[in-house]
Amino acid sequence: MALRIGAGQGFTGDDPRGTREVLEDGVDYLCCDALAEITLTSIYRERQQDERAGYARDVATVAELALPGVADGVRLVTNAGALNPLGARDAVVGVARRLGIDRLRVGVVLGSDLTVRVAELASATGGLRHADTGEVMGPTEDVEFAAAYLGAWPIVEALGDGADVVVTGRVADTSVFMAPAMYELGLARDDWVRLGRLAIMGHLMECSTQVTGGNFSGRWWEVPGLDVIGFPIAEVDDDAEVVITKPQGSGGLVSPDTVKEQLLYEVGDPTRYLTPDVVADMTSAALRDDGPDRVRVAGATGTPATDSYKVILSRRAGWSAAAALTYTYPGAMAKARAAKEVLDRRLERAGVQPLETWVEYVGAGAMWGEADGSDLPEVVLRYAVRCPTREEAAAVLVERIRALSIGGPPGAAASGMGTSPPMPVSEIWPTLVSKELIDPQVKVVVEDL
Amino acid sequence: MSELRLGEFCQARSGDKADVANIAVFAPTEDLYAVLRDQLTEDRVAEHLAPLVAGPVTRYEAGNVLALNFVCQLALGGGGPRSLRSDMLGKTLGPNLLRMTVEVPDHLMGDLPRLRPPGP
Repeated sequence: MALRIGAGQGFTGDDPRGTREVLEDGVDYLCCDALAEITLTSIYRERQQDERAGYARDVATVAELALPGVADGVRLVTNAGALNPLGARDAVVGVARRLGIDRLRVGVVLGSDLTVRVAELASATGGLRHADTGEVMGPTEDVEFAAAYLGAWPIVEALGDGADVVVTGRVADTSVFMAPAMYELGLARDDWVRLGRLAIMGHLMECSTQVTGGNFSGRWWEVPGLDVIGFPIAEVDDDAEVVITKPQGSGGLVSPDTVKEQLLYEVGDPTRYLTPDVVADMTSAALRDDGPDRVRVAGATGTPATDSYKVILSRRAGWSAAAALTYTYPGAMAKARAAKEVLDRRLERAGVQPLETWVEYVGAGAMWGEADGSDLPEVVLRYAVRCPTREEAAAVLVERIRALSIGGPPGAAASGMGTSPPMPVSEIWPTLVSKELIDPQVKVVVEDL
Repeated sequence: MSELRLGEFCQARSGDKADVANIAVFAPTEDLYAVLRDQLTEDRVAEHLAPLVAGPVTRYEAGNVLALNFVCQLALGGGGPRSLRSDMLGKTLGPNLLRMTVEVPDHLMGDLPRLRPPGP
């Protein structure tokens, strides 16, 4: 009987119905990737307001669904701990108490948070070099947080110590799904072929419904039941060969065409997909139809992991806000352009100097970076700014009301759909840091309830 | 020869990592994959995406799934948490690429799947 690994979340806020269906279909492990770059930033902002925050809050929802299965041997792995793994652990323990569960072994993986070490790491690495542009970061005072993408081995250690639930900080998305299979198969650290296969499995699973027919650019109108789309389940055999499927009776579609789109999602060089645990070769995987809603991922390989972890630093980048107005025929585009110019001049007169301005004409090619609308029924002017302060960013909304409610081009819809209030913004600075500098601070703590 | 938009017969998905976007475009058959490899050059794609992508575009091949993967630097207005764009995660870059056209030889026209939803 193959090992069954279910995806419980592809992001924090994912649909608990999908989580429940995976559990009801029968899995050995429920694995959740709760984090994304923008998630980590918003979790950081929550923690600024409340010291007890700093983790993905719906870990409690997932625990409520998964913990009743622990008595039958189902285990839960999640990276919901984000910047506060102990807070997430406490939330899970709270749910267990509420459910009257008295036997539970909980593991926590600590050590992904590098925030207090930024200056030290900058000097140890000779400057924090941007992984994409090569630029070296200057002064580091404006860094809000720093997080390493840890690998799967600390989770394997916790599972080996009998943990029913493992909660981690920032562990790489793929690693959350790989760890149970690495543990169950008893993989050696240099079993690069099987680790490569598992990394591809993890990559296919980490975005939940994006592999089961969600966001599918093929014959999407033929995908049944998008309103009840199923989360993926991976069946893993002893060779780490994988079948991707989904719960019986759930909506969505698992086919080579839906799976291949996820295979290359957020991938750079597909022959070298870097994870903390292995470098996987996405071009080595053959995707084969294995019956209805089943795809076999065959023959994949991997090569040795690199000696560094990816680390993301988040830096303060000011405040943003956006004003939006919907203009109509006749001359929708001309009116929107005239309104844009009114806002340009009003902001200038108010002394606001945005760090950056981005104007879109939604409906006239905004997603293409174009504005081509001669006879449109309507078009949305969206005028977004990024400014050093909240007050300056807010000015775009003030000027929209004062100048364009009744004093601007004619016929704007009243609601201002698409308007965004002032929000603090951050910039992500990815870099690579030697594993030797980070591994000593990684801790695995496993305790009984 | 017929000039066709990729959206008539190809799949595409795009994603983000910081200020880098990738766009994978998938051909339905080996022969049509050869057409894409011939005609979808880095330069053409970079030119098509120029209003949105400020950095270089690198092309990779994934022959196992008949795909070209375009990795675009400085592609998202500073990356998800900073970007002022409606689409700060680059989800519409895939559909954007599908607006590009290629010349499809007549003898391959019969192989084309119809990737247009029914209705208007």
